[in-house]
Amino acid sequence: MTTIDYESKIPNNVELSSDKRLQRALEHWLPQYLQWWHEMGPTDFETKDVYLRTAISVDSDGWAQFGHVKMPDYRWGIFLAEGNKDRKIPFGDHMGEDAWQQVPGEYRNWLRRVIVTQADTEPASVEQQRLLAHTAPSLYDMRNLFQVNVEEGRHLWAMVYLLHTYFGKDGREEAEELLERRSGNPDHPRILGTFNEPCRSWLDFFCFTMFTDRDGKFQLLSLAESGFDPLARTCRFMLTEEAHHMFVGQTGVGRVVQRACEVMKEVGRDPKAVREQGAIDLPTLQRYVNFWVSSSNDLYGAEVSSNSANYFGASLKGRAWEEKKYDDHTALEQSKDIETWDGKTLSHEEVPLRNAMNEVLREEYIEDNQKGINYWNRIIKEQGVDFELRLPNRRFNRNIGMYAGYRFDLDGKPIDEAAWKAGESAWLPTEDDRVYIDSLMVKVTEPGKFASWIAPPPKGINGNPLDFEYVRL
Amino acid sequence: MSTTTPVPASSDVAHLDFDIHPKDFTHWRLEVDGDVARLVMAVQEDKGQRDDYVLKLNSYDLGVDIELASALNFVRFAHPQVRCLVITGALDRVFCSGANIMMLRSSTHAFKVNFCKYTNETRLGIEDASEHGHFHSLAALNGTASGGGYELALACDKILLVDDRSSAVSFPELPLLGVLPGTGGLTRLVDKRKVRRDLSDVFSSIAEGIKGKRAVQWDLVDRVAPLSKFDEATTEEARALADTLPELPAEQAVEPDGARPVFREDGIDYDHVRFDIDAAARTAELTVTLPENAGPKNAAEAHAAGNAWWPLAAFRQLDDALLHLRLEYADIGTVSLHTRGDPAVMLAIDELLESEQDHWFVREVRNVIRRVLKRLDVTSRSFFAIVDENSAFAGTLLELALAADRSYVLNDPDMPVQLGVSVMNGGAYPMGNGLSRLESRFLGAPERVGEILAKPGLMDAETADEMGLATSAPDSIDWEDELRLALEERASFSPDALTGMESNLRFAGPETMETKIFGRLSAWQNWIFQRPNAVGESGALKCYGTPDRPAFSYERT
Repeated sequence: MTTIDYESKIPNNVELSSDKRLQRALEHWLPQYLQWWHEMGPTDFETKDVYLRTAISVDSDGWAQFGHVKMPDYRWGIFLAEGNKDRKIPFGDHMGEDAWQQVPGEYRNWLRRVIVTQADTEPASVEQQRLLAHTAPSLYDMRNLFQVNVEEGRHLWAMVYLLHTYFGKDGREEAEELLERRSGNPDHPRILGTFNEPCRSWLDFFCFTMFTDRDGKFQLLSLAESGFDPLARTCRFMLTEEAHHMFVGQTGVGRVVQRACEVMKEVGRDPKAVREQGAIDLPTLQRYVNFWVSSSNDLYGAEVSSNSANYFGASLKGRAWEEKKYDDHTALEQSKDIETWDGKTLSHEEVPLRNAMNEVLREEYIEDNQKGINYWNRIIKEQGVDFELRLPNRRFNRNIGMYAGYRFDLDGKPIDEAAWKAGESAWLPTEDDRVYIDSLMVKVTEPGKFASWIAPPPKGINGNPLDFEYVRL
Repeated sequence: MSTTTPVPASSDVAHLDFDIHPKDFTHWRLEVDGDVARLVMAVQEDKGQRDDYVLKLNSYDLGVDIELASALNFVRFAHPQVRCLVITGALDRVFCSGANIMMLRSSTHAFKVNFCKYTNETRLGIEDASEHGHFHSLAALNGTASGGGYELALACDKILLVDDRSSAVSFPELPLLGVLPGTGGLTRLVDKRKVRRDLSDVFSSIAEGIKGKRAVQWDLVDRVAPLSKFDEATTEEARALADTLPELPAEQAVEPDGARPVFREDGIDYDHVRFDIDAAARTAELTVTLPENAGPKNAAEAHAAGNAWWPLAAFRQLDDALLHLRLEYADIGTVSLHTRGDPAVMLAIDELLESEQDHWFVREVRNVIRRVLKRLDVTSRSFFAIVDENSAFAGTLLELALAADRSYVLNDPDMPVQLGVSVMNGGAYPMGNGLSRLESRFLGAPERVGEILAKPGLMDAETADEMGLATSAPDSIDWEDELRLALEERASFSPDALTGMESNLRFAGPETMETKIFGRLSAWQNWIFQRPNAVGESGALKCYGTPDRPAFSYERT
């Protein structure tokens, strides 16, 4: 007996109403998901109406329907980007074959691992951010937070759809474990380190959506090329939503920068003086950037990796924009010059390109980050302030890959432990920074008002004014 | 075709050191607290034996395993009060990821086989300590244990796995590398833990393995514990294991001091053992010499003598010589075994070994001898025992002759030769098949075992020949020539066929987990290691970690 009215509850383009297997899986999983949302989501705001964007179809009219809705009633849908019947596998050893509509047996376990690892990050960020609404700097920002949260929830759904539909009993079990692992939980943490870092303040949130969600973008881009067509189509649709998350991060930090510059013009560049005005001084912001960039750099894994070669060779995970950007899609004969570090000296080495795919993706990511930094520096320049934000070198503060366990400064110069100790408080957020940032985190709930540390955005959401009641408290 | 390793027949080659003191460990930490010892795996990535691979994720090479074997040996003698050994890892989320694949890929076939043999012996040593020694063992898997990492865990009495919803135990060899979990893994799954064969089949096909509750349901591990309770659970399990053994008084430790080999151009010298090679003939002589007199008269005196007590010192040296032979002298195919001294001295030592076997030190010395003799049993070289004038194949040393593929006994009234039997030949040193060497020898005439054991003491060559202890018993006129011909003929045969033949003939009688590990699992693994599907241009092992993906020949053999 079906107890859920699927079509009205769950907007989808995967023929859910006639898919008995998926229905059976969801019947079991949906209550657990709602329970998880209740325990680990922004629980204290469950009864509030939030102005959310809901996707009810994948066409241009349907993917962004705005309206006030209570979050537990949000219609988490299941969408795949429009398919192309004749799609061919675009890269790897299976290049040119028909894209797989079913999981190939020989890659079943690898694919499941790829999907579970990606899926695990989606609920993690909801958990990391669950208390932030209590200190939202405005209703506008609070709404953006919730929008990010429900979409991360939907991304989890998207991945769970794949597990339920294509991986049988194992897939259903993995789907349940996605709800059992919890961010920062000492017993069963999330799979990747960065997703266990506490998102303590809104500055962390903006940095997270800017830098960590951007990792998500590049992972999705590379999976959007997958020979396994349902995965490729799922990820392509997720990318449209991910773009909003990075918008929240990029403009959020941009508004912090804007506010800092406005204050600096009045009181000068002494961080103390800036703080006295209730703004976030740019050196402190830089330290938060350093932390989140370095932590997110880890997400790409080791520089030289057998897994990355396996996944590319098996046509499971390509490069970002594989079809558009590259000519040779086998990556067999080519090599990549990568930097190596043996604990003492930096040098260069040619490694087979397939084994360097993590690094290829990381480089794209770093380049994309730099654009965000440039955007903030333009704000600073427009304000007439003499300061430049920067990206830390990729070697800085790493916990995964060849640089892990060694000390480097922001320029990537190898340093000893003493030099690290001497520089650490200038490079990474100090407890003093965190205490100060915490002190700024006070909820502002009057429509159109913004906290002292952040400038208002240039415009509201979906053509609404800034003083629109984005969340009805 | 088999690959040949250049043989370092000279002293300019860096020799391996098989005895490492815990204070000099690179990859492990040994922490002893009362009757529980913790052995923590913390492999230094860039300190592998060769520099063409990196020991990522607590993967191991021979150097890491030598330290493990040294640690076991250290606990046996330096910490007699220890009743439980906990093996755990120092990395986050990973316990041990097994033998390093890049190392295997770039190693010669001969090295791979001998590496696996050594690691197998080390793991059997963990079980040996549990069965005969003074401690049980607990694998406290603080993260994923894959391949050899899980095989190491399987060698322990109990396995505790952290349940963080991610950490698993796994055998990725088949799906990922196209080879086998060849360090006892498959055998221990079904023979020791008695995991159902179909579940074992599924488990061994999933690269990422099985985690959490299902790992317990399938009996792949004994218990899971959440991260926050993992240390507590480890302590609890270690205590429970320790308490199943009798408490041992705080005895004076005997820190093992190693075999102290002295290398020379054409061999190795030890206090009681000599190894002499004839590179041109591809043969060597291994000679064990008895002391002038038996020395200690009781356990206390033997304990006081410690490392210097002859049976301990001599068999450690023999052990060391066998390891150098295996790993450093690949083309020395035939080894003659010699003993020197007064056989009565050996019989006197045996009397002490038997009468004082309840003393921990004496028991551990017996354990050493048993393991070294087993190491000899599985060494893939032809061994001929040469029972000549002044030899002393009696009691414990008679086991060398019984372990040999053939024994040549000089039978000449003018040059009297004495062999000897002691109670130690009656089962003190069982082979891997669970039988004594005498029992294995006389499977077709089991009554002969009793007849021989009923005549403890010395016997002459004639009697030995009548009793079936000599393969051939020429007189002094024929002696030299017969030996020469035997050795020359042996050296001319195909070394591969010899290895196969010897290991088939040596282990007659019942199968045990141990004989299956060496005789079936290792043999299959060694075959797979040679096949194009593993090591050919498009073989799985060759392709692993490279941009190329394996292409198999799907023909079954």
